[in-house]
Amino acid sequence: MPAKYFEIRWHGRAGQGAKSASQLLAESVLEFGKYAQAFPEYGAERSGAPMKAFNRVSDEKILIHSSVENPDVVVVFDDTLLSPSVVQGLSEDGTLIVNTTKGEDLVRAKTKFCGKVCVIDATDIALQEIKRGIPNTVMLGAVAKTTGILSLEAVQRKVRLMFEKKLTPEAVEANIRAVQRGYEEVSCSG
Amino acid sequence: MMEKVAQMIAVTGAQAVAHAMRQIEPDVVAAYPITPQTPIVEYFAKFVADGVVKTEMIPVESEHSAMSAVVGAAAAGARAMTATSANGLALMHEIVYIAASTRLPVVMPVVNRALSGPINIHCDHSDTMAERDSGWIQFYVEDAQEAYDLTILSVRLAEHEHVRLPVMVNQDGFIISHGVEPVSFLPDDVVKKFVGELKPIYPLLDTEHPVTYGPLDLYDYYFEHKRQQIEAMKNVEKVFPEVAQEFFKISGRKYSFVEPYKLDDAEHVMVALGSTNGTVKYTVDKMREEGCKVGLLKIWMFRPFPKDEIQRYLTGRKSVVVLDRSASFGAEAPLYEAVKSSLYESASRPLLSSFIYGLGGRGIAIEDVEEAFEKSISGELVTDYEYYLGLRE
Repeated sequence: MPAKYFEIRWHGRAGQGAKSASQLLAESVLEFGKYAQAFPEYGAERSGAPMKAFNRVSDEKILIHSSVENPDVVVVFDDTLLSPSVVQGLSEDGTLIVNTTKGEDLVRAKTKFCGKVCVIDATDIALQEIKRGIPNTVMLGAVAKTTGILSLEAVQRKVRLMFEKKLTPEAVEANIRAVQRGYEEVSCSG
Repeated sequence: MMEKVAQMIAVTGAQAVAHAMRQIEPDVVAAYPITPQTPIVEYFAKFVADGVVKTEMIPVESEHSAMSAVVGAAAAGARAMTATSANGLALMHEIVYIAASTRLPVVMPVVNRALSGPINIHCDHSDTMAERDSGWIQFYVEDAQEAYDLTILSVRLAEHEHVRLPVMVNQDGFIISHGVEPVSFLPDDVVKKFVGELKPIYPLLDTEHPVTYGPLDLYDYYFEHKRQQIEAMKNVEKVFPEVAQEFFKISGRKYSFVEPYKLDDAEHVMVALGSTNGTVKYTVDKMREEGCKVGLLKIWMFRPFPKDEIQRYLTGRKSVVVLDRSASFGAEAPLYEAVKSSLYESASRPLLSSFIYGLGGRGIAIEDVEEAFEKSISGELVTDYEYYLGLRE
């Protein structure tokens, strides 16, 4: 059979950094000898609008250039986006990772998803560490821990590389801590 | 030669091409810097602003002016480039035709996006198909690596003394231009040595040998000049394999007019342009596991159209499905029409069918490709009937 790709779908609101997170993930897995794609779904672009981004990861060159319909993992950046449609195509063997303060029960109630659910209070962690409610680096840490497709160190190295040109050294370190806390504080069940 | 992925860099198709342009370092780049422009010139403008390249960057007030500036610069003897997309290319059309007629070796990466209206920013091939008779060489690429490679290769093809024609390197909008995937970059010095220095022919700025560009050329000589252009296009058949061989030496990556995929024993073949070829390859692998003798003929070069390769690879097959990502209203879709006419003289013609898909960015999934193959294998398709994939009735 042709290679089975590991696929991720990210749901966020424009401005929350889901697109950057998907790109960072692609860059991070490359150095482990894995091929990766990252691509966003573009619509009318405006801050706060629901958006999606996607990843494919594989040990072999990735041939497919179509959208991701049956992800292995769904990542939700904002619990106001939760509905059965965010888990569309996600099998019961898959994983749903959500940024929420309200816990697993709310996630299951809103999505009707019976598989593995992981929750992380990413916005509060982001506010504490980077002083802004942009949850993407925390979520990357949570994705690294939950999926095992990339290491904590690799994500932190890429975050440093990506941010050191744009941010102050303090802000870069804050983002590195945000990744760490996402990795350590995500909790899963099911 | 397989690259080690750990040494590759994850970039978008637009970034890959911007880096090719950085390494080519043309003398002049002219661009209209707002929509429907692509991120290619945005990245390249940054290289200019940061002093990474010495290129003269000319921001202009429209795409029509962008191509006009490029034509002027190229006629003066400069290596000139621009990039565009969709309605920007449509607005350029008049000067696109003039660039080819004037035999100027301009290389232009194009991001394929639907033409308005209604307004749509997503991928299809209607923009470059509208330029298929403009006299430009046209490549369509499957992924970001090919976009990078063929941009570099095209400089040598365009500037070859027996060609001297402009080249469009077309990549699928958003799917490739904004999608991140690993690309293997060549070292700067290797690219610079490969493209070399432009050897101007009849440059305007050579005042010792004054020449005229774009004069009045009526029924006395216009026809002869068009004939020269036709002959130059024919020369691509001979020159392109030579340039591709030299590119292979520096990169280990082989390019040709077409890429046959699992065709040796294939009875049923699909023909396509652009990024969809990857999805078809995956589907071919999947269907072969199920015992179907299917294959793919990817078209890299659409102009000049590689008639000999089409005949060589498609003659004698049971069926051929041609996928088009653009329509020709009131006539056959562009790729289908070209494939069909190439097979007219063939002794053993396959059952041919035409599928239009993906207009305005409508997705194409493995299931869609399977559907087209299955209909073709079952023999239920009618030649010359236009079928659609992923369309609601």
